[in-house]
Amino acid sequence: MPRKPDDLSLTPDGKPMDQQPKWRQDFPIDVPQDNYVARRDFTKFMVLTSGAFVFGQAWIGFHNLMRRARGQPAEQAIMALDDIPVGGAMSFRYPSYEHCLLLRPDEDTLVAFNAKCTHLHCPVRPQLEDNTLQCPCHSGYFDLTGRPVAGPPRRPLHRITLDVRDGVIYATGVEVQPV
Amino acid sequence: MNERETQHPPPHTPPRTPPHRKRAFSREQRTTIMYGILCFVLILVVVQLWLLTATMHAYLGGDASLIIPAGLASVVCLALNLGLLRYLYAMERP
Repeated sequence: MPRKPDDLSLTPDGKPMDQQPKWRQDFPIDVPQDNYVARRDFTKFMVLTSGAFVFGQAWIGFHNLMRRARGQPAEQAIMALDDIPVGGAMSFRYPSYEHCLLLRPDEDTLVAFNAKCTHLHCPVRPQLEDNTLQCPCHSGYFDLTGRPVAGPPRRPLHRITLDVRDGVIYATGVEVQPV
Repeated sequence: MNERETQHPPPHTPPRTPPHRKRAFSREQRTTIMYGILCFVLILVVVQLWLLTATMHAYLGGDASLIIPAGLASVVCLALNLGLLRYLYAMERP
């Protein structure tokens, strides 16, 4: 007699139960139903994952709103202009918790960047003889405009805007440069 | 006039089963439908993952213009997924 589709205790190979191993006779598993339930539960979990992705998008939006609301950090004096030699680099913190680099590649040029590599946040170090900033962790390189030129980083360094008044260098804000 | 010709047609008899009654699927059919739904859900989830990574990359790069359109697209994907899941529950209901 043909088996109905909804019969219980269907075996994986389709043979009758008395030809199955004893363990399966003792503990019959309805394999098609088991497969159905497993895939149904996996589908439910995937829908839950889908909800988590929407939450992630909302989280990014929330952080964006917070970033806008926070605005630029307050202006801060870094050091005297004479303290940094031509062809030299100095580190400072701006805002108070972020490591930054101030570079003076020539007499008239001052640039500053957040020192966090945009790949995995290792601190970059200046190589002014090559006009580059190098991330030693994964050999990422940036030019003196902060643009990535080699290695894994794809996003530019965050630039610190500067102002020089009365021989003192001030950090006036953080500029997130577009990719 | 023939009497037979003047007879009115018999009144319409309703079907025995009401038209709104759902057809019950066999388990094999339900499993096939389940595979189809699972495929759609997986594709939509992969699209959402791509949207999330692209949005995060753009946001960290200072471009916030992607956040709202990508978020809306992700919500649409979630709505489609929930619709498919609702159909799944409806299919299992006796």
